[in-house]
Amino acid sequence: MIETPGLMPTESLFPIFVNAMFTKNFLLIMFLGLCSYVGLTTNSDTSKGMSMAVTFVMTMSAILTWPIYHYLLSPASIIGKDLTFLRTICFILIIASFVQLVEFIIRRFSPPLYKSLGIYLPLIATNCAVLGVVLMNIQEGYTYGASIIYAFAAGLGYSWVMLATAAVREKLIMRNVDLFSGFIGAFFAATMVALIVVSYFSVVKL
Amino acid sequence: MAKKSFVGEVIRGIIKDNPVFVLVLGLCPVLAVSTSFANALGMAMAFTFVMLGSNIFVSLLRKQIPPGVRIPIFILIICTFVTMIDMLLEAFLPPMYEALGIFVPLIVVNCIVIGRAEAFANRNPVLPSIADGIGISIGFAAALILLGSIREILGTGALKLVMLWSEGGKLAFYPLSDIPGFSFVPNPIEFPIEPATVMVTPPGAFLTIAALMLLFKIMSDRKRMKQLRKEGYEI
Repeated sequence: MIETPGLMPTESLFPIFVNAMFTKNFLLIMFLGLCSYVGLTTNSDTSKGMSMAVTFVMTMSAILTWPIYHYLLSPASIIGKDLTFLRTICFILIIASFVQLVEFIIRRFSPPLYKSLGIYLPLIATNCAVLGVVLMNIQEGYTYGASIIYAFAAGLGYSWVMLATAAVREKLIMRNVDLFSGFIGAFFAATMVALIVVSYFSVVKL
Repeated sequence: MAKKSFVGEVIRGIIKDNPVFVLVLGLCPVLAVSTSFANALGMAMAFTFVMLGSNIFVSLLRKQIPPGVRIPIFILIICTFVTMIDMLLEAFLPPMYEALGIFVPLIVVNCIVIGRAEAFANRNPVLPSIADGIGISIGFAAALILLGSIREILGTGALKLVMLWSEGGKLAFYPLSDIPGFSFVPNPIEFPIEPATVMVTPPGAFLTIAALMLLFKIMSDRKRMKQLRKEGYEI
């Protein structure tokens, strides 16, 4: 018999937070959401806007999808049938409609940000990081509280990597090294940042 | 749009429109599961199934899909095939299902599949769409397997070649040397190098793809320079 995880967090939250932000960072270690990462880190303003949008959408989708999975789709739910095969399609629909809402809000309140995020804004819906967060929440069997903390920390982890890489890439672009501008520079910058994270957390144990 | 042969479409997908190295799309699975040849092959097969299914169905339904809501419809079509391959893998290849983890359901948000539905299958008849799907899948698989093999060789000093094979009714990825007709292939193939563990860790993935892209860029630059010199430019 599968039991529904409770609402209040019973696991300790600090390891979840640090894991999502650093040791299991979504961009550097889990490789989720790389399209926006290589596409938008040429400019720190754009990456700032994108990071905020992604963090917000991640947290909100965790809040929305957890009850739907555990109270409607899971075999332990009120329906009592195993509908878990519908999880991918349900989650993607929820995220897509929510992103549409965020798009309206940004277009209304910050036209310059809307302009600079360009085609990447609708693409948050198809950003693997957002779907990845909600799928990981289900896979790890987190409680409601923990899943929200996890999603928020994952968003923060996404944000700091975006900003750190944008800083490195802006310098590379200013130096005008032709060979390292564009995607190649992005990947070399990512290698550096990832090496720092991996080696730091292999020395400093949590 | 100019008429192209079936083979021409396939080759365009592999080289000129290579999804990973030229279009730089759908990188997440490429970097995440390319830790070994076996994982890369499994992912490539799952991707091919979804890519072909989505291209065929989008192309069949292209006259019925209203332009305003086409993206959600593409996602629903893709999602159907992703759910199918997810359940098939779970039932028949549990070790591979474990190894690929959440990257199988994440094919649904893979930019390549949605991108081809939008840019190609929605505008072309079924046969060219199949050709496009095959070409893009082979291009994706080639990139994935290249990356997986390089990382496995540099990271562990050996390469284990595997193949999908059914033995005694049990479908699984068997080492190539176990398959009749391939017993001459050593398993694993040893390389005389010092294994660098960093190559199988996440930074190694970034380093490998950066190095490969640099290599391809230098090669294409050389080719263009030669072309320009031939046309009489002084460089």
